Amino acid sequence: MKKPIIIFALIVSCIYLFAQQSSQLQASKARGEKVYEQYCLTCHQKDGGGVPKLNPPLIKTSYVTGDKKKLINWVLKGSTENVLIDGKYYSNNMAAQDYLKDNEIADVLTYIRNSFGNKASAVTPAEVKGVRATIK
Amino acid sequence: MKKTLFLLVVSVIVFSIPSCANKNKDTTQTENTYSGIMPDKDNAGLKLPQGFGALKAAEGLGEARHLAVTKEGDIYVKLSDLKNGKGIYWLHDANGDGKAEQMKGFGNFIGTGIYIKNGYLYASSNTEIFRYKLNEKGEVINQDNSEKIVTGLIDRHQHESKSIVLDDNGNIYVNIGAYSNSCQEKDRTKGSSGRMPCPILDSAGGIWEFKADKLNQTYGVGIRYATGLRNVVGLDWNTDNNTLFVMQHGRDQLHDLFPDLYDSKQSAELPAECMYELKQGANCGWPYIYYDEIQHKKILAPEYGGDGKKTGGEDAIDPVVAFPGHMAPNGLLFYTGNMFPERYKHGAFIAFHGSWNRAPEPQKGFLVAFVPFKGGKPNGDWEIFADGFAGTDVIQSTNDAKHRPCGLAQGPDGSLYVSDDVKGTIYRIIYTGR
Repeated sequence: MKKPIIIFALIVSCIYLFAQQSSQLQASKARGEKVYEQYCLTCHQKDGGGVPKLNPPLIKTSYVTGDKKKLINWVLKGSTENVLIDGKYYSNNMAAQDYLKDNEIADVLTYIRNSFGNKASAVTPAEVKGVRATIK
Repeated sequence: MKKTLFLLVVSVIVFSIPSCANKNKDTTQTENTYSGIMPDKDNAGLKLPQGFGALKAAEGLGEARHLAVTKEGDIYVKLSDLKNGKGIYWLHDANGDGKAEQMKGFGNFIGTGIYIKNGYLYASSNTEIFRYKLNEKGEVINQDNSEKIVTGLIDRHQHESKSIVLDDNGNIYVNIGAYSNSCQEKDRTKGSSGRMPCPILDSAGGIWEFKADKLNQTYGVGIRYATGLRNVVGLDWNTDNNTLFVMQHGRDQLHDLFPDLYDSKQSAELPAECMYELKQGANCGWPYIYYDEIQHKKILAPEYGGDGKKTGGEDAIDPVVAFPGHMAPNGLLFYTGNMFPERYKHGAFIAFHGSWNRAPEPQKGFLVAFVPFKGGKPNGDWEIFADGFAGTDVIQSTNDAKHRPCGLAQGPDGSLYVSDDVKGTIYRIIYTGR
């Protein structure tokens, strides 16, 4: 008799935790959109599609949806590389965005990882802090 | 019912005004050298002045940058991405309907510049200039055998394309773009100051002159013909006053880098995209100043102490035409043909690639503009000549544009050719008088 109750409680708490996590992601994403509009949109464009030959797209590329540490590094350090994505080069330099706070970077990365058709896990301020510590 | 009738009447009036205006303009047209080629039913999707039509001469070339047309009407197109391993395409219309049935690729290098002069086809990669000998029919004699005219030009993957044009005295001019936005210590970085003097100008940020028939020339033998030009893609030699004209891509990100001095609307309009008339030794002022087309002044760049009002660049020349910001002029052509009405003769066509740096404002450009000229000087305001390349009215993100004008060339019959580097469509604009 007790067993089903425990299972039921577990399921409920799982759903609760999942819902909470997802609402946290949604809140972070909403804050991240504002950061994106202020600091990223000019180059990467409203649709995240970037600009041919110049500014890399953020849509369905492993740079965005792959390794979080690499992505955080990219934002903190900027880039002077000629970036190759899907056989096309993108040549513009990107300034280091290290003036942004840990939570702003976490929010904006959560936003781009979950927008423009992307679906990937959230980035937390603690993860940004961790990567920032390795740079300084 | 009354309302519908009223709207109908209003729209008839509204829509008839521009065509009336254009008809009046075109009354100077006397002879039509229209060669029997029919425009596409939808004019290839373009909006054109009354009496003009357009057809797609070719499609599917990919990143079609600049192009050149031979006396026989064959087209050479330079690609910035290899198509089937080839960087130059030769297009031939065998049956005279204006559509190229034959296409053949050669040259294994990507690039932008291509130009025909004195029996040679010149073509550039992002670091070198080559030439191929043409036969009397304007065909490349040996596609595997080119001569290297210039080598070792700077390509630091920003403003890397090398556009070329030749004069009538055996010289070739090449743009070497600055590998920077505004010569900051750290490129495109807020709070980073401008380098003084800007060291980029020694080897880039200008136009260099080389001999058109000497092999393996490098910086050492070239002449820095003009300086202070951030990036030029469209350029042409004006045969009326024997002078080089260029279109500069103005600097980006005034608002992003200086939000206290420029709001995003000002940043979308400023600075002007400028047409310069270049004499040897000309300085156009980059990176220290930019041209403000609203104040009609050379304004000190904020990286060098400017505030949006302080002027500067006393040693820099003024543009001959100033266009709205960021529209990206990629092609320039002085029209010398006889097909178009008289007012177009000697005038300048400019292919605007279309903007990205106007965001969050809607993007702008994606059109071919016209400026009437007389005796090598502008003789009236600029106007939109061909529009509709983008295939949509509002372009929020640059990728919304289905086609982007890039290169311009004139056919032997006076047709105007426009290349598109999104899908590689070659447009041919003709005057039919209808």
